Formats: sequence, C-alpha cells, structure tokens
Amino acid sequence: MIQINIDFQKCKACEYCVSICPKHVLALGEAVNAKGYHSAEVRFAEACVGCAMCAIMCPEAAIEILKSKDKLSERSEQ
Amino acid sequence: MEFEYIYKKPSALTSKANSYCPGCMHSTANKLIAEVLEELDMVGKTIAVFPVGCAVLSADYFLTDMTIAAHGRAPSVACDIKRCRPDKLVFAYQGDGDLSSIGMCETIHTANRGENIAVIFINNAIFGMTGGQMAPTTLVGQASTTGGKSRNPDDVGYPVKMCELINQFKAPKYIARFAMDSVPHIRDAKKGIRKAFELQLNGGGYSFVELISNCSTNWKTTPLQSLEFIREKMIPYYPLGEFRVPEEM
Repeated sequence: MIQINIDFQKCKACEYCVSICPKHVLALGEAVNAKGYHSAEVRFAEACVGCAMCAIMCPEAAIEILKSKDKLSERSEQ
Repeated sequence: MEFEYIYKKPSALTSKANSYCPGCMHSTANKLIAEVLEELDMVGKTIAVFPVGCAVLSADYFLTDMTIAAHGRAPSVACDIKRCRPDKLVFAYQGDGDLSSIGMCETIHTANRGENIAVIFINNAIFGMTGGQMAPTTLVGQASTTGGKSRNPDDVGYPVKMCELINQFKAPKYIARFAMDSVPHIRDAKKGIRKAFELQLNGGGYSFVELISNCSTNWKTTPLQSLEFIREKMIPYYPLGEFRVPEEM
C-alpha cells in the first residue's frame, strides 16, 4: 500500500506532478492555500504504484511517498 | 501499519514554503543540493555562498551555514572561505545574470586558478528578480524587456556558453551541464552535483555544474509550457553532458 503526503501549504499548483503521473493519481484541488494556490491533491490513491516521479519532479519538495512494510515482510516469510 | 519512505523531504531544507514562483527550478536545484548534502552527511559542515538575484532567496531555505556575496562575487568569497576553512564543503550558487554578466571576471579567474570549490550555475536565460531583462545567456530570438521582442545577434552578440568557455582552462576538474525538465534529467543533475561535492571533499579541485532552469514568470509561459521551451529551445543550444570528468571518477 502506498501513502502520498502532499504539503497543502507548500504546493504552488505548477502541475508538474499532475502532468508526469503515469497513473493520473493526482489533480489540482478546489481548496486554496495560504499563498492562494489550488494545491494538488490525491484523487485515486489506489492506482498509485509508488514510482515517486511526482516527488522527484516537485520543486517544492511538498510530496512525500511512503510504502507499507507489511506486504514486504509477508512476502519474505513465504 | 508500518511505513517506510520511498521519497522523503531532505532534512537540509526548512519546512516553510519558499518564495519562488510556481514551478521555478531554483527550488528543484535547492532540493537536489540538499539531498546530496544529506547523503554525504555534510549538512552541518557546509558553507554555502549565495549571490544577488533570485538565487539569493534560497538563503531563507537552507539549514547549512551560509553567506551572501556582493553581486557576481560569490566564487571569490567562496574560495576565500575555502582557503581559511579547508575542512568545510564550500559551494557558490549563482544565477546566469550574476555569474555570466557582472561576475564573469571572478568566475573565470576562480576557474583558471582551479580553486577547490564547487560552483552551481542556474541558467534560465534571463534576469529573473529584476523583471526579465536580457542576460548574456538569453537565446537568439528570445523576448526580454531590454532586448525587445527578440535578441538580435548583430546588435548584442550571441548567448554565452559558460561550460564551453570554462572548458578552455586547464585547471578545472569537473565541468558538466544538466537540465531539470524531466525525471531522468533531474536524476543526472543530482549525480553531477554529487560528483562535484565528492571531488571537493577529496581535495580534487574546481568543479562547475550548469543546470538549465526555467523562468515561467519572465518567459511569459505557464510552468508546463516552460518545460517545453527548455526541451525545444534551451537544450539544442546548450547541449547537455559532462565536458570534463576526472580520471578517477
């Protein structure tokens, strides 16, 4: 399972992450942050494969990607 | 459920939102430098030298020691600091209006002396902070507030290629140009910055890393259109690659 954390206040809505995501997980949201930008948000979290291209592309370092350890440990036990 | 990071924000940056425009690749360059400093475990042992221009806004954003030099004098200040404190990692972080215009003299003589510092050069082909004036690196045909609708080479000459210029000297050890418009290019740029810093830590000598950047505000484009401009106009004129690499790397 992949978890995507987007810093709502740091995002400046440049859309690099939205345009580069191969699975179209991200989109610009309706809510406006303190600087006046429509911060990006996660729309289809279940489609995310954890390639982290959005996080590498994000200039603001506003995106952090986490992966659950459980699945890995299950596999290693089998 | 336990989680592990696939991508984590580098600890060398503060958590506050920076003051760059949306999509500005100064922030990307800051992020890459911060990641490399973290990987090399040099966050507390680095002195950064910032210039005048948009690049100085990074000074609010790094958790390393730093100083801000007069316009164009960042490499001179950096080599003074390095000579006084040879145990520290010292890098100058400059934009094109600073490095290739007013700071051309300092840049060239620091490179010619082969000082043991790293210079990170952000080339976005325009003066950003002052409002889109023509820089020495502005492309032929590119609009700017002082050059009119297009740069005319008969009047103001051709854009300066800094990597090729510095490649004429014997002393520099590492010279490379990277872009930050796509994930593979960003990965290459990070490797290049890491090579430059490792070279300095091993007492190697002068390294010059040029990063092709954007300025969507003064190019009058959206951030996504600025990526297209980099791919179609900037990279064909400023070819990417490593111009000089030390033998041991």
